[in-house]
Amino acid sequence: MGFWRIPLDTTDIDIARGRVHILEERCKGCGYCIEFCPKKALAFSSKFNQKGYHPPYMIKPDECVNCHYCEIICPEFAIFSVEVEPAEEKQA
Amino acid sequence: MKPAVLTGEHYMTGDEACAEGALAAGCLFFGGYPITPATEVAERMSARLPGVGGTYIQMEDEIAAMAAVVGASCAGVKSMTATSGPGFSLMMENIGLAVCTETPCVVVNVQRAGPSTGLPTMGAQGDMMQARWGSHGHYDIIALAPSSAQEIFYQSILAFNLSETYRTPVLIMTDEVVGHMSERVIIPDAKEIKLMSRPTPKVGKERFKPFAPAENGVAPMANAGEGYKIHVTGLTHDEKGYPVMTVDAQVSMMERIMNKFAKNLKHILRTESHRIEDAEIVVVSYGVSARTALAAVEDARERGIRAGLLRLITVWPFPSEMICSLAARVKGFVTVEQNLGQIHLEVQRAAAGKAPAYLAGHAGGSLISPEQVLDVIEHGF
Amino acid sequence: MNPKDQNKYEEPNMVDTPLHHPLDDLLRTDRIPHIWCPGCGIGTAFSACLQAMRTSGLDLEKTVMVSGIGCSGRGAGYVKLDSYHTTHGRAIPFATGMKLANPDLNVVVFSGDGDLFAIGGNHFIHAARRNMALTVVCVNNFTYGMTGGQVAATTPYQAKTTTTPRGNHEAPFNLPLLAYASGATLIARWTILHARDLTECLKQALQHSGFSFVEILSPCPVNYGRRNRQSALDMLKMFQDKCIIQNNASPADLEMDFAKRIVLGKFVHVQRPTCIETYDKTCRLADFSKGKAA
Ligand code: SF4
Ligand code: SF4
Repeated sequence: MGFWRIPLDTTDIDIARGRVHILEERCKGCGYCIEFCPKKALAFSSKFNQKGYHPPYMIKPDECVNCHYCEIICPEFAIFSVEVEPAEEKQA
Repeated sequence: MKPAVLTGEHYMTGDEACAEGALAAGCLFFGGYPITPATEVAERMSARLPGVGGTYIQMEDEIAAMAAVVGASCAGVKSMTATSGPGFSLMMENIGLAVCTETPCVVVNVQRAGPSTGLPTMGAQGDMMQARWGSHGHYDIIALAPSSAQEIFYQSILAFNLSETYRTPVLIMTDEVVGHMSERVIIPDAKEIKLMSRPTPKVGKERFKPFAPAENGVAPMANAGEGYKIHVTGLTHDEKGYPVMTVDAQVSMMERIMNKFAKNLKHILRTESHRIEDAEIVVVSYGVSARTALAAVEDARERGIRAGLLRLITVWPFPSEMICSLAARVKGFVTVEQNLGQIHLEVQRAAAGKAPAYLAGHAGGSLISPEQVLDVIEHGF
Repeated sequence: MNPKDQNKYEEPNMVDTPLHHPLDDLLRTDRIPHIWCPGCGIGTAFSACLQAMRTSGLDLEKTVMVSGIGCSGRGAGYVKLDSYHTTHGRAIPFATGMKLANPDLNVVVFSGDGDLFAIGGNHFIHAARRNMALTVVCVNNFTYGMTGGQVAATTPYQAKTTTTPRGNHEAPFNLPLLAYASGATLIARWTILHARDLTECLKQALQHSGFSFVEILSPCPVNYGRRNRQSALDMLKMFQDKCIIQNNASPADLEMDFAKRIVLGKFVHVQRPTCIETYDKTCRLADFSKGKAA
């Protein structure tokens, strides 16, 4: 996606970074978080949870922009993202 | 501004006395829907409630009226409605909800002749079995039967007291004649009226279980907005109020609901006896028919027949044990009611063949005459 | 991506996962997972509702959820607030009684299309007419899910259900139009896919003083989608393709026809005295305003 003009402060603005947490046992494998993640950062894992569903996992953890969309589209309260502080990110 | 308790001597109809009794009992919500011959209860409440801090609302049908009553009671307010046969049928759904969720509320049925639309302006007592079993599933219920305007005033108070004490719907099964007849009604001083309120939680918010019975079988009740964060459902539920779809949960929920009545029967059951100590023939009656029955008993005594009257104040629960022990010593029973045999069947059941039981009944629309009852007393045995 | 991170995420493990979802404090977590099927949108609609409650600024101790019967009607059973799961179609009159008895309560009705608009339709129109201060959230999944997928008053024309095996020959309701004609003072329609707009709108609905109505289009993959060759994802993609957002659109233009386009948005947001306000003004003397004895 291209901007018709680049905002002057682009270089000063930190893009939000997020970390996704998954409560695997709650997942029913609907795939909404995977399908509608704007960064396509999630994928089904190969493992099964107790109910026999494949919970998602982060295939591209660095891409998460903490938009919370997986969190709000998930019907199962099974996934959420939290903001990663830039400092924390450097440490890690 | 008129107070909730209109202390003094009045001349009013049974319907009006019913409303006044409810107000004296602390009723602050009425969900109504017009129907003959119960409309006057709603009219009186619509005029009186806003003046005592309560609310009247006329709902879109009797289903909604009853649902609103249960909702209002869950919010902590003493609530009632009044209707007649056709509306009573529609209310059964949410009377069942009140039974299952153990929500106190009062339903008045000013009975008219049925089935269906029947005789809207003429009385009957044809809904007595519907009162007992009208909502689906097995349950116990309290149903009162007033004989006069004065009595309906007191029974309105009693109905609220029983309903709050035992967390159950209470039905007042009156009829068109009592409802529309004007009589003297004496309303006592507010201080002389004993009022009961639902039992309140005794443990902290985290530990509270809305359906865990106390010693008397009745669970303390938390109202909406009090911070207990309770869940209430018409599904089979455990003591926490959570739905549990198992046989065990069903059995123990039913046990809890039925136990409230079993444990407290002697506090709930009410009858009134007139000359039954030496009676050979016991006339059983309730509501307006008991007035006829009383006249017939007096007439019979004049003719040398030892008759007595057992008047049911609570038709439900029914005094089975009392009838059973009477059956051992009397010549027989005559049940006087304005239907073709409903409580009569109960008397027969309780007498268990130990004494014969006859019916002096009427299809509805007209009172039974004392002569008709006397005829059964004289020639039945 | 640094290899250490990759390891951490490749095999998902519970060690890294804090136990609490941000909405857990509003959930009866001892009842989760809920009964809704995989891919059912009710969970998303419910989650949006909880998030809206959380951000609405309402006193949640005084906030009550009332549901009727059906899949969506199970909502009340999962919220950790005072919650009432009532009879089929009667959530609105129950809520009406509750609100009138204690006007300090915020009463939210969360239920489904069959419950609110077939068996409960009469109650809906009258509560809207009265401008009863309730928030009515309707999950519209076009069918009776709980009983196995029968035709509803909202089933699209020609759709297959267990009781319309050759297709539905009846026309579905345009619910916002019905709400508008009845007098509702806040009316909106969203889908679960539009979760962000939906949550914001639900928040406004909760804060609205009168009768608010939010319709949420939602997939029932198991009992509706399956018979119409539509997976949960298919339906969400259809929402993506067919829905346009047009706030303030005329309620008459909101017919439900997936062959054309479905209009979403907030259509009505007006102020009108509520039932309680008009009752106090008309029926009470000054001493007795606010529903409480002086
Ligand atoms: S949206 Fe939720 S339930 Fe669906 S796959 Fe993702 S985590 Fe699992
Ligand atoms: S039957 Fe349909 S509506 Fe009900 S839980 Fe399943 S998917 Fe959802």
